[in-house]
Amino acid sequence: MQTTFAVVAERLRKRYRGGHGATALDGFDLRVPAGTVYGLLGPNGAGKTTAVRALTTLLRFDAGRAEVAGADVAREPGTVRERIALTGQYAAVDELLSGRQNLVLFGRLHRLSGPAARRRADELLERFGLTEAAGRSAKDYSGGMRRRLDLATSMIRRPRVLFLDEPTTGLDPRSRNQVWEAVRGLVADGTTVLLTTQYLDEADQLAARIAVVDAGRVVAEGSPDELKAAIGADRLEVVVRDVDRLAEAAAAVAGAVGAAADVDPDQRRLRVPVTDRVGGLTAAARALQDAGITVAELGVHRPTLDEVFLNLTRAEARR
Amino acid sequence: MSVRTERSGALVDGWVMTGRYLRHVVRAPEEIVIYFSLPIMFVLVFGYVFGSGMSVPGGGGYREFLIPGVFVMTMLYGIGATATAIAVDTGRGVLDRFRSMPMARSALITGRVLADLARALLETTVLLVCGLLVGWSWHHGTGPLLASIGLLLLLRLALSCAGVALGLVAPNPDTVSMIVFPLAFPLSAVSNVFVAPEMMPGWLGAVSEWNPISATTAAIRELNGNPGLGGETWAADHSLLLAVAWPVALIAVLGPLSVRLYRRLGR
Repeated sequence: MQTTFAVVAERLRKRYRGGHGATALDGFDLRVPAGTVYGLLGPNGAGKTTAVRALTTLLRFDAGRAEVAGADVAREPGTVRERIALTGQYAAVDELLSGRQNLVLFGRLHRLSGPAARRRADELLERFGLTEAAGRSAKDYSGGMRRRLDLATSMIRRPRVLFLDEPTTGLDPRSRNQVWEAVRGLVADGTTVLLTTQYLDEADQLAARIAVVDAGRVVAEGSPDELKAAIGADRLEVVVRDVDRLAEAAAAVAGAVGAAADVDPDQRRLRVPVTDRVGGLTAAARALQDAGITVAELGVHRPTLDEVFLNLTRAEARR
Repeated sequence: MSVRTERSGALVDGWVMTGRYLRHVVRAPEEIVIYFSLPIMFVLVFGYVFGSGMSVPGGGGYREFLIPGVFVMTMLYGIGATATAIAVDTGRGVLDRFRSMPMARSALITGRVLADLARALLETTVLLVCGLLVGWSWHHGTGPLLASIGLLLLLRLALSCAGVALGLVAPNPDTVSMIVFPLAFPLSAVSNVFVAPEMMPGWLGAVSEWNPISATTAAIRELNGNPGLGGETWAADHSLLLAVAWPVALIAVLGPLSVRLYRRLGR
């Protein structure tokens, strides 16, 4: 089956006029498979928000081409707007109105009739756990409730693509989990989600694929596992009980997996890169057992996304 | 999806947005109380405190002279509410949501302007009652009274366009009041609202006579037979014409300007 892409961006360029004249997008390429959560990961000022604003028709880009939900962003912005929803960095709700009034207002602006808008509002309040707070002003909502209201508003017309710009920035862990749950629910319904985040953990939790953005372009792309693998091999780590036998253990493990070991006597630890996780682990365990060395800890570790991220953006900074 | 769509376009969107702004007033009624306290205070302070020392050229009671000016001034200070509402909307994420939706782009502006007119009608009604209580009245029947209200709404429309433009250029809602007051205060002070222009130094009197605020005020006095009709100058003789021409000219300039400023957001 051929993959369909919900979002395609090709060589997008955007330079802000005036001021420092910074180039916000500098040949930005992206392909988001339909029906998945796709993460745009990058530091502040990397161009994530600019990319989202360009793709959601809020900002005109200077060059390049973009297609969202099958419509050309520059030529058919109206069609794009009918098929997407955006939840920006700042909760886009009317603070003076109640939660329910917000949903009815946006439903009406989506051209639902009055009764249909009210019915949809009640459905969404229920689904996002806001029925109790429906009559309260949005300004009295907690951060997490506001975000959920914001997401509910985005779901009024069941968009094909939902853009979430840093949906959990500034939220406490509990509210963050609520937002994550809501996002997973949307994807289960078939919505494609393009998510920007500064949190590696969030991208790792939610996204099937991730693009690392730096200085206005994508510097790496892949599944979280692929990205972790790209930056470095998995490492086999052994901690021995008796530091006097560390050198002996290092020799045994190195022989078993066929790579040089790195020893750290202070922690009684040795590290060796492996390509075959299970095979390496089994061979090392057997070699240590044969040598009669008592092991305190044995395991294979994958680099964290933090390491991937720091590595990639550091490489970018050197260029 | 079990929803019925309604495709009546920009008008419906504008109307929905009007409802939104009016709901804001209902949900924050304290704002309207603060809002009305200013014109009522002007009636009381100028009508009773300074009014005893004021005289109206050609005779007549000062409070009857003052009330048409207070109507107009209330329209003028409405700029603040308009500009603040627009600045609040543009400064937050809610504008991004509006702009990323398939709704008419004009809805925010038309909705705000319509809500302003509804509000102006309410203000005029309250001030009418207030005016009757302090001795003002209309002497030429309901026709001219309704025409006066029409002129007030026309002026409010022009000021509403000014407010939208201001709200769009203001960097944030807090700066709006810092801009509005220095703008609105001289316009109301150097006008015929409180003091007849003939009693001012020559050049100031001329500025005051040509002020759009003065034009509407003089026209309302004339229409309703209130005292304080101006002297022999062209502006004073043609107050009705000016009361129509000024707002129309302002709308012709500020209306398209607001729309252009709004479109330019996000480029």
